[in-house]
Amino acid sequence: MADSKSATTTTPYGLVGLYTNVDDLLAAARRVRDAGFTKWDSHTPFPVHGIDPAMGIKRTILPWITLVMGLTGVVVGIVGQWWVNAHGYAFQISGKPIWSLPANIPVAFEVTIAFSAFTTFFGMLAINRLPRLSHPLHRLTAFNRVTSDRFAVVIETADPRFDAGQVKRLLATGAESVVECPADPTHAGLPGWFHGVAAIATCLTLIPLAMAYRGRQATSEKPRYVVWTDMSFQRKAKPQRASELFQDGRAARKPVPGTIAVGQIIDDQELRFGVEADEISPVGTEVGPNGVPLSQWLTGFPAAITVDDAFLDRGEQRFDIYCSVCHGVRADGLGSVALRAKDIRATRWGWVDPKNLLASVTVARSNGELFHIASHGISTMKGYASQISTVDRWAIVAWVRALQNSQAIDSRGAPQAEYNDLPPELLGTVQGPQTEGGR
Amino acid sequence: MAITDPTAHLGGPPGGFIGAQDPRVRPALVEGDNNFTTVTDMVAGIPEQPVEKTDKLWIGLFLISLAMLGLLGVCLAYLIHTGVGVWGNNNPVFWGWPIVNFVFWVGIGHAGTLISAVLYLTRQHWRTAVNRSAEAMTIFAVICAGMFPGVHVGRIWVAYWLAPVPNQMSMWQNFRSPLLWDVFAVSTYFSVSLVFWYMGMIPDLATLRDRATNKWRRISYGALSMGWTGSSRHWHVYERAYLILAALATPLVFSVHSVVSFDFAVSQVPGWHTTIFPPYFVAGAIFSGFAMVLTLMIPARKWFNLGHIITLNHIDVMCRILMATGMMVGYGYSMEFFMAWYGGVQVEQFAFVNRAFGNYAWAYWIMITCNVLIPQLFWSRRMRRNLAVVFVISITTNIGMWFERFVIVVTSLSRDYLPSSWAYFSPTWVDVCTFIGSFGLFLTLFLLFIRFLPFVAMSEVKIVMPAAHAGHGGHVKDRHDAHGHGDHGHSKHAEVPHHG
Repeated sequence: MADSKSATTTTPYGLVGLYTNVDDLLAAARRVRDAGFTKWDSHTPFPVHGIDPAMGIKRTILPWITLVMGLTGVVVGIVGQWWVNAHGYAFQISGKPIWSLPANIPVAFEVTIAFSAFTTFFGMLAINRLPRLSHPLHRLTAFNRVTSDRFAVVIETADPRFDAGQVKRLLATGAESVVECPADPTHAGLPGWFHGVAAIATCLTLIPLAMAYRGRQATSEKPRYVVWTDMSFQRKAKPQRASELFQDGRAARKPVPGTIAVGQIIDDQELRFGVEADEISPVGTEVGPNGVPLSQWLTGFPAAITVDDAFLDRGEQRFDIYCSVCHGVRADGLGSVALRAKDIRATRWGWVDPKNLLASVTVARSNGELFHIASHGISTMKGYASQISTVDRWAIVAWVRALQNSQAIDSRGAPQAEYNDLPPELLGTVQGPQTEGGR
Repeated sequence: MAITDPTAHLGGPPGGFIGAQDPRVRPALVEGDNNFTTVTDMVAGIPEQPVEKTDKLWIGLFLISLAMLGLLGVCLAYLIHTGVGVWGNNNPVFWGWPIVNFVFWVGIGHAGTLISAVLYLTRQHWRTAVNRSAEAMTIFAVICAGMFPGVHVGRIWVAYWLAPVPNQMSMWQNFRSPLLWDVFAVSTYFSVSLVFWYMGMIPDLATLRDRATNKWRRISYGALSMGWTGSSRHWHVYERAYLILAALATPLVFSVHSVVSFDFAVSQVPGWHTTIFPPYFVAGAIFSGFAMVLTLMIPARKWFNLGHIITLNHIDVMCRILMATGMMVGYGYSMEFFMAWYGGVQVEQFAFVNRAFGNYAWAYWIMITCNVLIPQLFWSRRMRRNLAVVFVISITTNIGMWFERFVIVVTSLSRDYLPSSWAYFSPTWVDVCTFIGSFGLFLTLFLLFIRFLPFVAMSEVKIVMPAAHAGHGGHVKDRHDAHGHGDHGHSKHAEVPHHG
């Protein structure tokens, strides 16, 4: 590139006018533009202000290409994330929606910027037809200063209006010099060996892909080759192996003497299980929940518990907190959850209505059995042993009994005078005599 | 073509950016008796130095940097071979130094694109003197930054799990995690900055190619400059592309540190869960980035005699940006305290009192001193123009900014919601050596850059010289017009800033 080599008889590339300042360049550019040349250009060390109108350069379409690819980036960013997180691998995090746009904005934004920026850069290269490995002007020594401190106007011989004498005169005004640029004698194509090397290199790059594909399809009986052991081999306890950690070789340790497992306190059988203290071994014939014969359920309250007003108040309070949402504060099975379930016809989805605890089937259960149900649940009701303490569960049983007694008044046992005072709409709710509970 | 004091004919006092009486008149961006030829000679002369005549100082610095880079290699090899247990990271401070260093480096990496893009869009022509080296600094800093989370993931051989690549486990990323946003933000920032830097360099690489005196230089610069001929038709598209890239990089640079701050702010750790984090992180990033630009620029302009291109006026402007952003982070620090008090959450209140007066109070007060108090010296014009003072403050600023990230990461994690797991964090020698080694990586790349690539954007500096404009062939007139406020009359061209 440093020196011009060719002095051959081939047609030169063109004529180059070199100028030392911007004014002379702009003047020359206007002259050439007005003379109607088409295959010409000016070359400058920096973008000269005002050269575009002086040369009649039309505005580039690059911004529109960038816009289109930027919008593509938006779509790729959004749809890609939707596909991955809401479609391909949807998983719940902290109860948030599977797809919520705000959390996806940062990545969509970055993808948009990346698409736009790369489009702009490669678009610029493509529009300018770069990279260009060889150019006739690069073989002209005088042209080398154009990237430093000279300004050039180049008219190609390929231009239909090209006439050496006229062009020379056109460029000469204000020019430092006008020189002829010889044609590029080099072969423009890639060297022959390049194609062979490229073909081989392309084939070689396919090998890892082919191996990966084979690995995905084939099975193998050999253990996999482990490069990084990661957590594959750990000094941990495995089945049927002695532990390295403990002298006795046991991996699973025995509990400390005196350890009581959760739910296994058996200091007071009546209190903890609601079962008669003396009748732990099954002797009865009719078997209730938990395999305990019905005859063994405690019918009264455990000896450890005193039923008094304070105890009933406690039971009412706990009942209102834990039970009333389903069973209703009056234990009639009309709690707010139950009413809502009726509204939305939740039985369609397997909902089981909360029981009316005033009904005879519940009234007929013994206290021990009610305690057992409160502790471990029944039907679709869950057990409350983990939430309500033992004594409080008994208090709830006591309060349920109180509700049963107060809600289901034996009309025949009530004083006639008071019975007459009852408002007529209440008469229907008053039930006949009930079997007495445990209390 | 010689440029004398351009403001002389207007009667205003020569010199400082504020000094000029007529606000439309600015002092020369390139000082001294310079023209296109001398600018080219000054800048291109640096990479054109024969290898055997390389400056001894450069060789010395390069060897030191290489040694530090070797230290980094040793630390990383030891880390990868043994596992992240070699660091001080442990319950509850699992982030420790690697994340502190990540935020530190990525923050430094913000000045380059800010100078290139934001100052380009806002027509701050003084940027041409420093934009190239600042962009290079950005890229090298982001490389250092990216390395830390890369090794912090522990099993770096599966780091590709961060990328949405179809795999046999049918396992995909959680795009709602700020940590994944970070992967996209930092990698986009790196690649776009690289493109921006490289594209800006193409014309200057062509200059080096055309001045090359030996074959290797001709081939390497020839390949890198892609056959650029300086064609005006090419320049037209190129300038459009540059403008678009600047417009894209501007929101990008603000998004990147905002996303980095989301790593903290979106979590619920006391001291992190604050909405002020994004703006205050961005201000801190600009603060530390400009400090690093000054740290590198002040020695470089001296060694390479670029005092006429990177002038005292440029240093002055950067000092003012430093002071402004320093006060922004100071505002952030105080506002965090206010919000902790105003929010009424006891745990948050404790977190901030603990920062200032707890175990790590020493780190907090280093941060306050370096970031808020010391930059106040820049109120004085004399200080802004005293290179020794500016150099020292640029270094204390980055010490302060490193401690800011340390304070945020470590004080918050070491005293989180669960007092039973509170612990004091101490780094190990591997932590310290990896951090020192990251400077080795940064300096090695930067030294190679200033030795072999055009250190100043020659073509852009030439545009801001008066002779680059019509009607200035050797004369000095219409100064303010020549330096362009974007209102040059040609309607077609009005919105295209002339590259500077």
